[in-house]
Amino acid sequence: MLRFILMRLGKAAIILIAILTLNFFLIHAAPGDPAAVMAGEAGAADAKFIAQLREQFGLDKPLLTQLGIYLKGVLQFDLGFSYRQQMPVADLILDRLPATLLLTMTAFVISLLLGTLAGVLASARVGKWSDTAISTLALLFYATPLYWAALMAVLLFSVYFNWLPGFGYETVGANYTGFRRALDIGQHLILPATTLGLFFMAVYMRMTRASMLEVSQLDFVKTARAKGLKSSIIQRRHIFRNAMLPVVTLAGLQAGQLVGGAVLTETVFAWPGIGRLMFEALAQRDYNLLLGVFFVSAAMVLLFNLITDILYRFVDPRIRVA
Amino acid sequence: MTEPVLSIKNLKIALPEGADRDFAVNDISYDLYAGEILCIVGESGSGKSMSANATMGLLPDLVRPVGGEIIFEDTDLLKLSEAQMMDLRGKKIAMIFQEPMSALNPLMRVEDQIAEVFEAHGLLAPKERATRAIELLTEVGIPDPEKAARAYPFQLSGGQRQRVMIAMALALEPRMLIADEPTTALDVTTQAQILELIRNLQEKHGMAVMFITHDFGVVAEIADRVAVMQYGKIVEAGTADAVLDNPQHEYTQKLIAAIPKLAAEASEETAGKTPILEVEGLNKTYVTGGGLLFSKPRIVHAVNDVNLTLSEGETLGIVGESGSGKSSVGRCLVRLMQPDSGTVKLAGHDMAQLSGEALREARKSIQMIFQDPYASLNPRSKVGRIIAEGPMAHGVSKQEAYARAVKLLELVDLDALAIDRYPHEFSGGQRQRIGIARALALEPRVIIADEAVSALDVSIQAQVLDLLAELKERLNLALIFITHDLRVAAQICDRIAVMQKGRVVELGPAHAIFNNPQSDYTRTLIEAIPGREKELAAAG
Amino acid sequence: MADFWKRFARNRGAVIGLAILAVVILVALLAPLLFPQSPWRMVQRPFLPPFSMDQYPLGTDALGRDVISGLAYGAQVSLLVGLVSTVAALLIGIPIGALAGYFGGWVDDALMRFTEFFQTVPSFALAIVLVAIFQPSIESIIAAIAIVSWPPVARLVRGEVLSLRSREYVEAAILSGQSNLTIILRQVLPNTISPIIVLASLMVATAILLESSLSFLGLGDPNLMSWGYMIGAARTVIRQAWWLSFFPGVAILLTVLALNLIGEGLNDALNPRLARRGK
Repeated sequence: MLRFILMRLGKAAIILIAILTLNFFLIHAAPGDPAAVMAGEAGAADAKFIAQLREQFGLDKPLLTQLGIYLKGVLQFDLGFSYRQQMPVADLILDRLPATLLLTMTAFVISLLLGTLAGVLASARVGKWSDTAISTLALLFYATPLYWAALMAVLLFSVYFNWLPGFGYETVGANYTGFRRALDIGQHLILPATTLGLFFMAVYMRMTRASMLEVSQLDFVKTARAKGLKSSIIQRRHIFRNAMLPVVTLAGLQAGQLVGGAVLTETVFAWPGIGRLMFEALAQRDYNLLLGVFFVSAAMVLLFNLITDILYRFVDPRIRVA
Repeated sequence: MTEPVLSIKNLKIALPEGADRDFAVNDISYDLYAGEILCIVGESGSGKSMSANATMGLLPDLVRPVGGEIIFEDTDLLKLSEAQMMDLRGKKIAMIFQEPMSALNPLMRVEDQIAEVFEAHGLLAPKERATRAIELLTEVGIPDPEKAARAYPFQLSGGQRQRVMIAMALALEPRMLIADEPTTALDVTTQAQILELIRNLQEKHGMAVMFITHDFGVVAEIADRVAVMQYGKIVEAGTADAVLDNPQHEYTQKLIAAIPKLAAEASEETAGKTPILEVEGLNKTYVTGGGLLFSKPRIVHAVNDVNLTLSEGETLGIVGESGSGKSSVGRCLVRLMQPDSGTVKLAGHDMAQLSGEALREARKSIQMIFQDPYASLNPRSKVGRIIAEGPMAHGVSKQEAYARAVKLLELVDLDALAIDRYPHEFSGGQRQRIGIARALALEPRVIIADEAVSALDVSIQAQVLDLLAELKERLNLALIFITHDLRVAAQICDRIAVMQKGRVVELGPAHAIFNNPQSDYTRTLIEAIPGREKELAAAG
Repeated sequence: MADFWKRFARNRGAVIGLAILAVVILVALLAPLLFPQSPWRMVQRPFLPPFSMDQYPLGTDALGRDVISGLAYGAQVSLLVGLVSTVAALLIGIPIGALAGYFGGWVDDALMRFTEFFQTVPSFALAIVLVAIFQPSIESIIAAIAIVSWPPVARLVRGEVLSLRSREYVEAAILSGQSNLTIILRQVLPNTISPIIVLASLMVATAILLESSLSFLGLGDPNLMSWGYMIGAARTVIRQAWWLSFFPGVAILLTVLALNLIGEGLNDALNPRLARRGK
């Protein structure tokens, strides 16, 4: 198990280095001379400052040397400097990361739980009206733009009904502490997490349903029936566990989209996470910050992947033992 | 005899609309008594498994009984509720299936799957269930039952998995066991062991066994009584001896006649003829598993120092069980697989190391016929194109290639109109003929037939074998016939090479192999052929 | 073909989807005729509510622009981006998948690591970065969407080719002396067409969602009116003017839904495996 995790971490490290390299070349592909861009971002585009920047960042050195300097910097948690915000990129991101982790993890758990539950229900009543209802709902969620669902949720639940807060991370100026604060954050979390999870819920529901139906056709299900087992036990013990294998794989693959989707959700709900940070960077054409956020979100996806891989190993003995 | 355990009366089972016929089984009746094995025999599509599935209440969706009754212990099973059937399944009637690979849940340990049988009927405490599981595994003869109990299905061989299935079926001492082609997916030696096991357990427990099979050899081995099915009807029924030795119905006669006979005739000496293919020191190893960095790879010696010669006009059989390396040899010869070392001389020229254009040219003389009549033809190409493609790739004009395709179709007894049709419009046997025509299109001198008739029903199999023999004669072909079926080998081969674990353990004239086998393995293999003793007794 | 249509039409949802898509296509094509004026032009007072003036049934936005005209021109952008980026993604994904699956070994390893990399990177974030750095324009949007959406194509094609490659008819083609290129083009790829078509119809839907999300964040082509842009521009005024974000959202929802329904219908029609169940 330890060896497996180490191996996966090694692989993740390679992917991260590749992303950093991509980042590095992207910043060089950005319009104009990076020094000029940086100077522009700092709001002082005179030739002397540009030359100074050039030397400071080694931009007069060969490209590969620059790449080396850049990678070394990242190893020391230096993701560059945001001239717009006058702060190191790493600090900006670290400040916002917990909010995003809270949001995406909650959305991930909600969508996986509710999605598989709905999928199981639908597959057990295939062809009946409850299956049709669940499947239609899933089809709608699947086609709904994430940010639009978020806007409509704000419109409905906070503007019209005034049930839930539709803005921010906690009540500004309330200065709650302890449990009261957690409750407040939880209330603020409901709408963003649900709307972010909606699409993925639909994905997992459809996958679970299809997978349950497929597994129920397999030979060992017939064996289980031939033993005289109750169909509820067959559903749970034989069909469900086998049907979950592709769903877990899919959950890993979808993690990237979940992290990407957070940009939209956080923008709509003014959720102070790295997605919102990315939107701010976009609006200000702050490329250093933009690429920094991109890098960190890729790292988050790798984390999600690692979790689902470990999960998969628990479910499937063929991988664990072999 | 006394009361039958099971009595099926005028059973009718309807197929869904759009099927090739209205009824899967149409008005069939039979009885099954305690302490006997009744074989239901038929070719694919005869409906032979349907009455068994109906008895268990496990018919596929959309298939349902529409008439008749199934009487078990004085009740009509067709009238029972699902809950009542559930109580019956596993306790009074147990069933085992064809595919031991897929019949067990891959995610559960063996002992848990056996314990489930007790659980389903609310019997024994969990601890006792585990103990019973090990006892049952011991009874069905699994080596190291404690270890097997803790294993997952993928860690067991096919034969061991079938033993687990049997252990599960025996758990509650049912009055009746249904076995649906339980040995079809197994190697011949494993099949012999499983048949013996079923026979012994049946005698020990006095069960009634309904055994469904397509193989008359198996029938001869195990059956007390036989019912022969065709198109959903029972065409003949009686004791095993009566049906096998003196079949009354035309269809039964045809089926039994189509079974290849074991007696290989002494053929003319092949020595002195010019060799067309000489194989020397052929080796091939695979490395399986072994990821990028850490895990340990497993090395399999698929072909281990194999030497063979094939003379013009000769048929050489390569027989062996799965994993013996027989197919790997064939694939190395045509270079679908690259041998690690060794020479393959085709008419004196070594083709083991050829590549590019030279290999393409050499392959014209050595072609292949494949096993699966469904996977061996491109579903999106018309038959004409399938046959003409080879010559066209070698520069023959389209017109000429198609003209040749028509001639080849006639040669394999198919209508010339077939060139404009797609493969799915043909039956399995016809497709195999198309495959033969394709192999002949490049006018090869050697043909390798890899399990070329194993996927066919026995009556079709006989026709294709006859065709191959006739073509070989007419076109002076040399044939390498790779098969797991010793009966087929006995019928068609001049000489036979027996393979085990990548090595040729015995090579000699067919009649010598069958009448006087030299190696232990060959002897085991021959003794395992189902129906052999009965055939010998009849001949003697 | 008639058989194909019959199987497709048996799926009621697919027919509804086809009808919706037909309307969207028609509106996109006829937009210049129906609304000869530029959708960017101010035509009425700002924030005109919907259903209050017959001439502007869906009202006007914060700058007095006609919402329904914007929807019609937005359909053009959505369909164009959806279609072209999907074709581009197929052009990247199919060759990579086919080469990896057919040749196996180190070619497969290298190409699949490459694909895996693109699949691990959060695709929407990458698309944002690409469009931002190469400046928002219809070309950069299409390119970015294609770059983030080809990996599933490559994986699908690789998987199919891998299984087809060991199919006996491909081996027969090798033995009959056909070249690798002929075998890939004639024996292998035609048999992967069905799943590719199904995937492609779903990819058009995903591409439309991606484009609208980019435009929503202000990364749309500044010269083209698009649905995502309309919602993005209306985001801050949602409390005053719900209709500005509501109607474009419905347009996206319906178009994407239609494409998904069509995808399912195609799957039913091209995958007779499911139809054969119960045999």
